[in-house]
Amino acid sequence: MTEQATAGAVRTLTLSKSINEGLRRALTDDDKVVVMGEDIGELGGVFRVTDGLKAEFGPQRVIDTPLAEAGIIGTAVGLAYRGYRPVCEIQFDGFIYPGFDQIVAQVAKLHARTNGDVRMPITIRVPFGGGIGSVEHHSESPEAYFAHTAGLRVVTCSNPQDAYSMLREAIASDDPVLFFEPKRRYWTKGEVDLEHVPDQSMERARVLTSGTDITLVAYGPLVPTALDAAAAASEDGISVEVIDLRSLQPVDFDAVAASVRVTGRLIVTHEAQRFGGMGAEISATITERCFEFLESAPERVTGFDTPYPPAAFEDHFLPDMDRILDAVDRSMGRRNSLSEWRFDG
Amino acid sequence: MLLTHSGEYVQLLTPRGERVDAPGFDPWVADIGSAELRSLYEDMLISRRLDTEATALQRQGEIGLWPPLLGQEAAQVGSAHALRQSDFVFGSYRENAVAYCRGVDLTTMISVWRGNANAGWNPYDISMAAPAIIIGAQTLHAVGYAMGCDFDASDDISIAYFGDGATSQGDVNEAMVFAASYAAPVIFFCQNNQYAISEPVGVQATKPIADRAPGFGIPSIRVDGNDVLAVFAATAIAADRARSGNGPTFIEAVTYRMGPHTTSDDPTRYRSDDELAEWRAKDPLDRVERYLTRIGALDDTETARISEHSDTVARELRAAIRALRPPEPLSFFDNVFAEPNRHLARQRSQHEAYLASFDGGELS
Ligand SMILES: Cc1ncc(C[n+]2csc(CCOP(=O)(O)OP(=O)(O)O)c2C)c(N)n1
Ligand SMILES: [Mg+2]
Repeated sequence: MTEQATAGAVRTLTLSKSINEGLRRALTDDDKVVVMGEDIGELGGVFRVTDGLKAEFGPQRVIDTPLAEAGIIGTAVGLAYRGYRPVCEIQFDGFIYPGFDQIVAQVAKLHARTNGDVRMPITIRVPFGGGIGSVEHHSESPEAYFAHTAGLRVVTCSNPQDAYSMLREAIASDDPVLFFEPKRRYWTKGEVDLEHVPDQSMERARVLTSGTDITLVAYGPLVPTALDAAAAASEDGISVEVIDLRSLQPVDFDAVAASVRVTGRLIVTHEAQRFGGMGAEISATITERCFEFLESAPERVTGFDTPYPPAAFEDHFLPDMDRILDAVDRSMGRRNSLSEWRFDG
Repeated sequence: MLLTHSGEYVQLLTPRGERVDAPGFDPWVADIGSAELRSLYEDMLISRRLDTEATALQRQGEIGLWPPLLGQEAAQVGSAHALRQSDFVFGSYRENAVAYCRGVDLTTMISVWRGNANAGWNPYDISMAAPAIIIGAQTLHAVGYAMGCDFDASDDISIAYFGDGATSQGDVNEAMVFAASYAAPVIFFCQNNQYAISEPVGVQATKPIADRAPGFGIPSIRVDGNDVLAVFAATAIAADRARSGNGPTFIEAVTYRMGPHTTSDDPTRYRSDDELAEWRAKDPLDRVERYLTRIGALDDTETARISEHSDTVARELRAAIRALRPPEPLSFFDNVFAEPNRHLARQRSQHEAYLASFDGGELS
């Protein structure tokens, strides 16, 4: 209570409420900001992230759109041409694909195609990831498609303060930003400084625990899992440096490389399928940059190369602390689940 | 091109249970005598019972989610009965009464909502595609299937079920273009239940949805979707047109989703009690019950028999859920591809080794 009082604008908020406050602030500060999506008005979004915004700013600033993702992104392009700063909500990760063409063929390319004459300051908010026991298409992690697309920035947050600050920065950015929200962490609470000024730090990774044996890179929903794994490893005498990547495009390779030069070992974890994922890109780049420092091969702890399975299987699909610890053992050259494993299938 | 005129809709049975004349439509229900109508009523009642039971099972934690079809029984049962078993159905997630009419095994149906399966029934068992959650996607599939029926010179047809919200999707509009271009033997069956989650139909369409199809070159019919006879007639007309080489027809069934969008939804945030009450008065079951009672086709014995039948089906649903076993943990690796895949086999084998490393309680 006293802490809140002295800090002024510091409040304890859930991650989803932080995004709500970030949107409110952006709508207040810049009348070119419009928020658009399905069910975001009266309902306040299926996760209530936009709760109250339509009542406060009116139906022309907070727009319930027809049910069409290509329509949402495509009209956002037109609004951007006209000088607006649209913030689009895609209801769930798995529903972004009807809008994929507009994102990769239009939004991503327009600035380059027009020699910089046209800017696309569009933010596309996407609740992503699994762990909520939902039905098909509601638990996916499509970030790699977008990180692969030249011209898009891709970020994700893992805590309420970042959710607030990074969202404001994303909206202020003159480039298009895919803003992935870890939906299973929407109810995580934390202190948020609402006066935090966007400071272009969105693309910098953050070291959460410093360590000397292993660099563990995580982002979005798996950051708390990575921290748990680091704590468990430390009881075993292994010192893990956890890095919250935050930005997936561009990636703060400098931060990861600096850490790996000390630890000599790398583990990357994400919920998304492994093949062609963020883990592959980070492992490759770090191997290129830090080859002589590496004590063991980079490890990836990820979803499997299957479609996201029905809810009954998601505990198997999703990386958890034990799977990370198994990779820790492998990385350290200790006994692990694959010590005697042979594949002759 | 409109088989009905803009704004009007076809009704054969009023909410008060009076049979009214509808020239052009009456002949299509000429074969529906009191016994046939009673059996439509029975399927509607059982559908409602299944739906209520599933909603209750969700509340009890037996299933994770359920998309109620409460209020849409006439639209689903009436249209399903106008099809042949060899016709192919492409639905969304809400067409569980259609699935029931096609003889779905309840275990496979409910396994999706329990979180055990993504698609449930084998589509070829009941000639009904896997439910589509991606809004509108199935309409294109229905058109392609119909094109195939035509290429095969078969008189099978397909039907696409979708909602008012879906009509905004590019896929649905492209489906109408393809269907018209190839005169595909397909029925576009839109259940306008007035809402796409929280958004009233006015967000998607400022004119009746049925008015759109003629612009694509597709005749359309607008029916009272809570009138099982009108729905049956419209679907029978559309099926006959498709079978006889006259191409696609669009049906807008005007109905109302009396329940929440899904069991996770709170409709009080976006609609009024008055509106709900207005539609309750147009309940699709009540009017048939009134009519059948008045003509003496629904006496106490019949009522008791139907109610007992619905109890049995509800019990079967419960039993189906109880009978579901936790699936084999690594079966999600199966069936990603039709052919063997070494990369995936390797990944699965690694995960098996990982799980085996827990034997003895701890990761050793
Ligand atoms: C491509 C896509 N976007 C968004 C959603 C989320 N969503 C699920 S149901 C729904 C509303 C559908 O409304 P309607 O087509 O009228 O069908 P109803 O649910 O009313 O039967 C929405 C927006 C989705 N499933 N797929
Ligand atoms: Mg609807």
